[in-house]
Amino acid sequence: MIVRILGEGQYSVPDKHRSEMEALDNTLLEAIDAGDEAAFEVALGAAAAEVRRVGTDLPDDEFYPSDLVVPFEDATLSETKELLAGGSAGDGDQ
Amino acid sequence: MGVMKRLSGIVQAKTNKLLDKAEDPRESLDLSYQKQLESLQKVRRSVADVTTAKKRIELQAGQLQQQADKLQQQAKAALTQDNEDLAREALSRRAALAEQLTDLSAQHQQVADQETKLIATAQKLQSQVDSFRTKKETMKATYTAAEAQTKIGEAVSGISESMGDAGMSMQRAQDKIDSMQARAGAMDELLASGALTDLTQPVDDIQAQLNQLSTTSAVDNELAALKAEVGAGAPAGELSSGASAAPGAPAGAPAAAQPAADQSGSTGGTEGTPS
Repeated sequence: MIVRILGEGQYSVPDKHRSEMEALDNTLLEAIDAGDEAAFEVALGAAAAEVRRVGTDLPDDEFYPSDLVVPFEDATLSETKELLAGGSAGDGDQ
Repeated sequence: MGVMKRLSGIVQAKTNKLLDKAEDPRESLDLSYQKQLESLQKVRRSVADVTTAKKRIELQAGQLQQQADKLQQQAKAALTQDNEDLAREALSRRAALAEQLTDLSAQHQQVADQETKLIATAQKLQSQVDSFRTKKETMKATYTAAEAQTKIGEAVSGISESMGDAGMSMQRAQDKIDSMQARAGAMDELLASGALTDLTQPVDDIQAQLNQLSTTSAVDNELAALKAEVGAGAPAGELSSGASAAPGAPAGAPAAAQPAADQSGSTGGTEGTPS
């Protein structure tokens, strides 16, 4: 599957890591739901690190939409909430 | 649904707006390419904005550093004039400036980080756009195959997502420099107006005191020289001006005595009034 880390680029992650990615994603969601900034920071760092560890950088001449998108690695909890709300910041026309 | 899954849906929903505009998938390739070029231009402009913001901070830090150096010199000058209080004052103001400089240095680091990230984003996007340009012609030629049609959709979605990512990165950098620009603007105004009472104004105070001290000693020197001259035999002009001033003094003495008498009378009145 294809995973993008915002502000960084796309990685090709082998499908055998799918459940692991889902677990990391759920931890991230729990931190957001709990409003726990510290836990969010840790979970986000862990998700980005794992994508880099198991994934391979997608070459610039391959174009695929991503299955998963990791927020900016230094994003705050509230910034991520805004992204999830579909804030205008995400518009490529900016 | 997890955060990362939802985010991919959000990014792609924006992507699909672009695809919807094209009736023919081949047309979407050209449309997308136009968008990519625009997007690249915007990222480059954004890099330039961040670089400008960085330079502005460097400029301000330079100005503050200059003032800090000046205060250091003033402290030294005050010490050579045996004015320790003034030297202490200069050094304490220099310490306040050092704090501002530390703050600016932290801002500089943040802007430099944004600049590095954006430059990387611009390079990556440039490289992708170059690849896309060559690929899109091949894709158009093989469009008849159903597989090619899917590929076109994927390619356009994929690169649109990259453009969306670049757009978000630009927005983030812009947000960061906007808040810094506001602070930098306020600092510029204060530096220019001299109204920065903790910083610029006291520098002038200290300089004024130093100037006064050196003026006082210069006056003392001239006075000593004059006294020596007068003692050795003064010129006639000096004597005559001294003589014309002399009658004024006795005339002023009775006039001064009058208010003094009035005052003693009113003082007596005040004493009689219970307070």
